[in-house]
Amino acid sequence: MKFGNYMILEFPSKSCNESFARSAVACFAAQMDPTLEELGDIRTAVSEAVTNCIVHAYPNKLGTIILRCRILKDNVLDIVIKDKGVGIPDVEKARRPSFTTGGTDRSGMGFTIMESFMTTLEVTSIDGKGTAVHMRRKLQRRT
Amino acid sequence: MNFTSFQEGDKLTIALTGEIDHHCAKTYIRIIAAKIETYMPETCVLDFRDVTFVDSSGIAVVINALRSMSQIEGKLLLTGLSPQPMRVFRASGLDKLVELREAVS
Ligand SMILES: Nc1ncnc2c1ncn2[C@@H]1O[C@H](COP(=O)(O)OP(=O)(O)OP(=O)(O)O)[C@@H](O)[C@H]1O
Ligand SMILES: [Mg+2]
Repeated sequence: MKFGNYMILEFPSKSCNESFARSAVACFAAQMDPTLEELGDIRTAVSEAVTNCIVHAYPNKLGTIILRCRILKDNVLDIVIKDKGVGIPDVEKARRPSFTTGGTDRSGMGFTIMESFMTTLEVTSIDGKGTAVHMRRKLQRRT
Repeated sequence: MNFTSFQEGDKLTIALTGEIDHHCAKTYIRIIAAKIETYMPETCVLDFRDVTFVDSSGIAVVINALRSMSQIEGKLLLTGLSPQPMRVFRASGLDKLVELREAVS
């Protein structure tokens, strides 16, 4: 039974773990028989959330990132990505397209991409304590 | 990271490769800016044929290239885009700022 299967990863906020994290989730999701487009969307959303932990949650220091994936019923992939970093003072504002506290190497489109590529996206954050990004993607059943 | 580029008349083509994420985006930004500054082309083509993955860090790479090209009043064009990069660029509205061409399959 795929339903109920899960995995948990913990890794430091090193940028080389961005590709590791998205690949690990893609490998885990493979058992759900996703289309190439679904797999691409999931990889992209995971990359955005993990990159945010590395860039924003732990600026100028290393911290821990926890990633959890679960398979829910009706072929839904549930993903949580958590950090214990600086937190987001105003989540609603941070989620707006083009909002960024980064420089010219950031576009402020990370949350917009997660939102449009996933079925649901929830962001909870405590200023100074950390952030959790919870997203779900329902995969089409192929017959 | 080693990008090949070639010049044809007033057109400079830069071929990008691999996965463009935050881990390597700064290098891409720097190399593209240096090439544009050196060749001062009328048109700069970023060839995405061998790019297998892009996230929002890739958007910043394109925006920075766009900025370099508008400084010299030139034009930027993206070619060879496979479905994943195309979806990311469209979701972010980049298709309204730059001409995006799909990979011909
Ligand atoms: N895990 C996090 N911890 C602290 N702040 C965060 C976190 N994730 C996002 N943010 C804040 O939310 C803002 C918006 O995030 P988003 O991913 O949409 O854009 P960005 O990371 O700034 O740029 P891009 O993702 O396009 O490179 C960030 O600039 C940052 O201020
Ligand atoms: Mg981001």
